[in-house]
Amino acid sequence: MESENKYLLPKQGLQDLILALKTAGYLVIGPKIDQEAIVYDEIESIEDLPRGWTDLQAPGQYRLKKRDDDAYFGYVVGPRSLKQYLYPPRQLVATATRDGQRWEFEAIENVDEKYAFIGVRACEIAAMRVQDRVFLEGAYVDPLYAKRRESALIVAVNCTMAASTCFCTSMGTGPRCNNGFDLALTELADAFVIEAGSEKGEKILRDLPSSPVTTADLDQEQKLQQQAVDQISKTMNPVNLREDLLANLDHDRWAETAQRCLSCANCTMVCPTCFCTTVEEVSDLTGDNIERQRNWDSCFDIDFSYQNGAIVRDDVRSRYRQWLTHKLATWHDQFDQSGCVGCGRCITWCPVGIDLTEEVAAIRGNRE
Amino acid sequence: METEQTPNVKKKPKLAVFKFASCDGCQLSLLNAEEDLIAIGEAVEISHFLEASSRVTPGPYDLTLVEGSITTPKDQVRIQEIRKQSRYLVTIGACATAGGIQALRNWGDHEEFQRIVYPNPEYLETLATSTAISDHVQVDFELRGCPVNKNQLVELIQDVLQGRKPRFPRHSVCMECKRSGTVCVTVSRGIPCLGPITQAGCGGLCPEYNRGCYGCFGPAAQANASGLSNWLLEHDVSKSELVPLLRNFNADAPAFREEGNRLSNEQDYTDE
Amino acid sequence: MVVELSAVKSVSPWQTHSVRIVSVKAEIPGVMTYRLKFVDQAVGNSFTVEPGQFNMLYLPGYGESAISVSGYDPENNELLHTVRAAGNVTRALSRLVVGDELGLRGPFGQGWPMETARDGHLVLIAGGLGFAPICSAIETAVQQSSRYRRISILAGARSPDQLLYGQQYNLWKAAGAELRLTVDRATSQWSGNVGVVPLLVNRIEISDPATTTVMMCGPEMMMWYTAKAATERNIPAENIWLSMERNMNCAIGHCGHCQFGPAFICKDGPVLRYDKIASYLKIKGL
Repeated sequence: MESENKYLLPKQGLQDLILALKTAGYLVIGPKIDQEAIVYDEIESIEDLPRGWTDLQAPGQYRLKKRDDDAYFGYVVGPRSLKQYLYPPRQLVATATRDGQRWEFEAIENVDEKYAFIGVRACEIAAMRVQDRVFLEGAYVDPLYAKRRESALIVAVNCTMAASTCFCTSMGTGPRCNNGFDLALTELADAFVIEAGSEKGEKILRDLPSSPVTTADLDQEQKLQQQAVDQISKTMNPVNLREDLLANLDHDRWAETAQRCLSCANCTMVCPTCFCTTVEEVSDLTGDNIERQRNWDSCFDIDFSYQNGAIVRDDVRSRYRQWLTHKLATWHDQFDQSGCVGCGRCITWCPVGIDLTEEVAAIRGNRE
Repeated sequence: METEQTPNVKKKPKLAVFKFASCDGCQLSLLNAEEDLIAIGEAVEISHFLEASSRVTPGPYDLTLVEGSITTPKDQVRIQEIRKQSRYLVTIGACATAGGIQALRNWGDHEEFQRIVYPNPEYLETLATSTAISDHVQVDFELRGCPVNKNQLVELIQDVLQGRKPRFPRHSVCMECKRSGTVCVTVSRGIPCLGPITQAGCGGLCPEYNRGCYGCFGPAAQANASGLSNWLLEHDVSKSELVPLLRNFNADAPAFREEGNRLSNEQDYTDE
Repeated sequence: MVVELSAVKSVSPWQTHSVRIVSVKAEIPGVMTYRLKFVDQAVGNSFTVEPGQFNMLYLPGYGESAISVSGYDPENNELLHTVRAAGNVTRALSRLVVGDELGLRGPFGQGWPMETARDGHLVLIAGGLGFAPICSAIETAVQQSSRYRRISILAGARSPDQLLYGQQYNLWKAAGAELRLTVDRATSQWSGNVGVVPLLVNRIEISDPATTTVMMCGPEMMMWYTAKAATERNIPAENIWLSMERNMNCAIGHCGHCQFGPAFICKDGPVLRYDKIASYLKIKGL
């Protein structure tokens, strides 16, 4: 354990952290109770945090529940993820303005928001890095994602509990945050263990009211982190997953699942790595001022595969297959990694509770 | 090469709006378009729009918007004439595209309804059914909603005027909820919601106000209605809740009609 | 001319450039070839394109359409695009006239492996409007015909009046290329083959399959059977290249629309090697 990098932050120190971030010009995004869920939203103070609340998650079900303690981060993950901010649902990418017989074309390159995210879990950091691979590390860089990503500050939280839908241990993404953060917290009974993961983080940590950690603190931290690992019951073996799926593109299971799947796109909307979009023309009535707006879209949208007057994936079966095989198989071909981080959002927020780990198991032939 | 500019003597395209059995709400969406309506008024000649003006000029019309469903023998004839007078005919709203809420009569005894409501039903001349315009004439485009979305209506008129094929989302309402950050009411609260099988267009209005979607934009493309009801029935929602949810403003839209019938034909179904 | 890479890299992939229509040529009913020139000469000077790549043509208010480059004149910075007026964008394009301006982003994608095919027998196969991307390969090959041992052009269409680029056939033949045409439905004046494109593969002489390269573009079904016919003539699958089509929205591999199994058609394609995609071609609804 790198205890020399770790400090003890009193619970109220969180308020100092939020203020320090706001003073540094960040828009602070953290967990908040809204619409009967714990969601990422703009937060003003420690009072906004879901203190004493937790979430119960199961396929197709999410419920808030009071905890028997006052933990600030005693929940797992909600329906929103960082992509809501780093790659927002609606985004202006370019404009066209008529100037007489000509057009002026402009690509939008400026982003004002500078985000600090509080409460980010290991699987969410992993998901952000998956999106980094898509938008930053290929032949083309998305200028808007790049700007938001570069300026973002991440305050991670190590999970001390898991939901029934979590399987980050299978995907090798959590529950402990090993890197990719500026600051990381582990919530103990009476304080946080805090560590910096970057210079930016160190600079902020220096001004916080922290004290040295004791061996007892570290023991407690270790125990709580292990508790999260122990609570994870869902598994999906990633070994040969790509091959197993691509060898079964005509498996009967796809049609069976299509009986249940609503093709409603919820799984792709809540997935922290799904990146599909469509650019739409938004015109004023004169037709002289055009905004090119990039909206989240989905492979479950029937018109997503529209081509030359026909739909390529013209049934639920082929759309579900596209999603699952892309996420778990062909993502490897494209980005040298899986598109799944094991956060379980697609299981919880599927309105009919389809569980991708069960689908994989069925296709592999080991039906329950 | 530049051609010599000829004076623009091309007439403005003629727009007509006709009403059948409906509440006028969709026509009002057009009137509510305010500044857009003024611009539309400049781009077209409004030939027939009784909700807006009593001045009427004869057809043929370049763009005809039809609101309402067919419920009388007279209207069966009138829609044929309107079709003949219309180059591009668009039906607007749940009544015109699916028969509307009044299509609930399709499940009832229409003569009994007449006897209950009217002292002298013999003066009435109505059909036993309320049906979509497309059941009677060829329709060029159907704009969904109860009422239609004002922005979609304006965009549709623009599309037709500029020679574009109108194209609106056919996917679920869920995508709109998620894009706006609305938390799923079914998953987080167990509220039955038709959003996953309903076509987008409203912007996810009801879930935003903590209510389930009741399908006013009609079924999404390839809607898997039985997939949704099977799950809800396993999770504390009863058939007597589900059937009225499906039999609403788009009761007679095929995907909703078939699922409502499937559930109500089952032995354990009770009509509350 | 050397382009400063840093300057290019900093340009947003969403930056559209203005191009002007220099000429419009009616090819077959509903299909036109547009000659486009960059309005800003500096942009034109820094522009290069490989045969087989595509551009996003943009009609503001209507949207973009991915159109393959069917020819390129680097001296005048002029691009040729053959377009069928089918959707909203291409129909709006068909209403434009010489002198009108539109937008262009590009070039995108992987083009034909003209270098890899060098010194061998080049077989260029086109079906229907798939002739457009093949045309860029033909033009490049016949201009440097000494680089190839032999050039065979095989093209098919539904009927003789649907065959593209008729006026260029004699030039190609004069450059030494072998040209074979086929139609599904012949007319009384037709003297060429009747039947599907894959059958033409059996009509040509292939003296050394190992050094023969096949490049094709057409309907997926046609390419599937044509590739099979080519492998049956012992041409290695890794020498067979297909230009694939899927709906493209961003053209830079960020939007997900054009996925075909493991490939983003916009960025890994449109030209893909047969052995890499053969197993996916037969899957319906992929």
